[in-house]
Amino acid sequence: MTRLLVCPPDYFGIEYEINPWMRLSNRVDHERAVQQWHGLIRVFEQDLGVTLERMTPVAGLPDLVFTANAGVVVDCTAVVSRFRYPERQREEAYFENWFRGHGYAVVTLEKALFFEGAGDLLGFPDCWFGGYRQRSDIRAFPHLSERFHREIIPLELVDSRFYHLDTCLCPLSGGDLLYFPPAFDFYGQSAIAQRVPKDRQIPVPEDDALRFACNAVCVGKHVVLPSGCPTTEHLLQARGYRTHSVPLDEFMKSGGSAKCLTLALD
Amino acid sequence: MSLHQETVLISGHIIDSLILAKVLDIILMMGGAFDLEDVHIGTTREEPSRARIVIRASSTTLLDDILKAIQPHGACAEREADCRTAEAPADGIFPDDFYATTHLPTQIRLHGQWIDVDRIEMDLGILVDKRGTAARALPMGDVRQGGRIVVGRDGVRVTPLQRPRERDVFGFMESQVSSERPHHHIITDVAARIRQLREGHRQGQADSRVLLAGGPAIIHAGGRDALTWLIEQGFVHLLFCGNALAAHDMEADLYGTSLGYGLAAGRAVPHGHEHHLRTINKIRAIGSIEAAVTSGVVKQGIMAACVRHNVPVVMAGTIRDDGPLPGVITDSVLAQNAMRAAIPGVGLALLVASTLHAVATGNLLPATVPTVCVDVNPSVPTKLSDRGSFQAVGLVMDAASFLSELARLLGRSA
Repeated sequence: MTRLLVCPPDYFGIEYEINPWMRLSNRVDHERAVQQWHGLIRVFEQDLGVTLERMTPVAGLPDLVFTANAGVVVDCTAVVSRFRYPERQREEAYFENWFRGHGYAVVTLEKALFFEGAGDLLGFPDCWFGGYRQRSDIRAFPHLSERFHREIIPLELVDSRFYHLDTCLCPLSGGDLLYFPPAFDFYGQSAIAQRVPKDRQIPVPEDDALRFACNAVCVGKHVVLPSGCPTTEHLLQARGYRTHSVPLDEFMKSGGSAKCLTLALD
Repeated sequence: MSLHQETVLISGHIIDSLILAKVLDIILMMGGAFDLEDVHIGTTREEPSRARIVIRASSTTLLDDILKAIQPHGACAEREADCRTAEAPADGIFPDDFYATTHLPTQIRLHGQWIDVDRIEMDLGILVDKRGTAARALPMGDVRQGGRIVVGRDGVRVTPLQRPRERDVFGFMESQVSSERPHHHIITDVAARIRQLREGHRQGQADSRVLLAGGPAIIHAGGRDALTWLIEQGFVHLLFCGNALAAHDMEADLYGTSLGYGLAAGRAVPHGHEHHLRTINKIRAIGSIEAAVTSGVVKQGIMAACVRHNVPVVMAGTIRDDGPLPGVITDSVLAQNAMRAAIPGVGLALLVASTLHAVATGNLLPATVPTVCVDVNPSVPTKLSDRGSFQAVGLVMDAASFLSELARLLGRSA
């Protein structure tokens, strides 16, 4: 992973409530949010040498900062998201324009097929997982599977606090899987167990999960994750990963953290 | 039998993800049932799998609830089309490509709604009423020019029979016929059903009538008294027969013979072969079987019991009949119509010792009516099954033995 898409938080704030974390009364400290975002960018660019593509922020689209939901990129093709909530549907055109403007072949799904991009589709090179029920429609996955010739194992998200798959599951470069098992039902946990051997599973404790420990970005053997998740950091370090914790609690007010703020471009 | 059903499709990586298992579990946990059809499992990890699931529920509300519950997991109702209809080009002629019915519960889709086809019977067409809100199975000969008849197969669905809740011989729905299988447990189950139906019939419950279609071998073999008793005790509510059963039954009453043989002594009596003709002639002179019974000329037997206990009798004639007796319908199409008209409300059919009446009755019965076919000749129940009445339980045995054992199990003293 060398390139990530990000969007500066110029207009970030809480202007509506579309997940259990969002409270209009819980105002974002904008200056602090900007500092935290730049802290994250610094880790990527300076510590990890990642190339960042910056989108132009748009007034009135406070969640454009969460570029993980722009779509999903495979090689030179971008499948643009179809957001479930009208509040975020206005972002679709901007993401689409960005992809087109940067030479990606753009694929769109039919209107009613909700799909919230890399927020709900992530995995290992040969096996992907698709989160559904909260935001994405399970029927989107067969289309993506066919297009990209990848197996996509749908996983129902059963806890509304973990409304995107990237809030409770994070595949790591070494084949390990960081995840919060109670965010899935018996069927989902069994399906994960079938694909990921027990010794590759890294279940995170609830306290860390609620601080979005799983909303992490893995670059090689480095894992960037929100601060306040010491147990998870220890678990990762024990597997040979280097952890980089970044304070991102202003973004947690909106139900997002490190992973939500980035989109893998290759 | 629940007729509330919907077909859903589900595709993707539904096997390893356990999504299919989850959907099926949801259906069962909510109290529905399902049939898995056309399951295709991807041969590689990349290739998706797909399944077609027919969901059944005891009510439309439950069916809707199940559909709502499984929809988020990707199980979507199959895109279904309304049925197509065409006008009958002339009286008695169906349009080309008319849909030919089975005797299984059938629904057609009109204006997006599934509606039941009334009076279902095998080998008919389906007539849609003028308002397009109701449909019924219709014999070819009964169609009138311009009648809207279902054509093609789109928008028609047939529900396979479900195993009845009762765990008796009918629950197995096997029509294997063998003279070497024990009979007793079958007759015991039939008796239990009949007892239950008599109770239901007395309470005015729907579909609680017992139909017996029989041939004259019942009289020859000595089953007359047992059948008479069954009718008198209220265990039989409808009789289908021909000229012969009625004639020999009354011959037995008037002369003590059946086709000239003394029923008690078992020997041919002098000029006995004339007895059935004299019987028929006498009844013709009186004018009707009813009058012969009410006037006291015919005192006992099957026909007398039917008259006294208001059990309707449909007598269908054949080409070899003598007379025939008054009341025998000699036009076979009219006879078929009369039998058809009598069938609604039948909850059990006993087809005893008559090839023609057994097959004719089998053709008219919906598959949902439990049926027993009793004949000494194994080819009769086999023939019935081969002609589509797969629900019939075959019993290779003598008619008199069957009726006597049935009556005994129902309380008749030997």
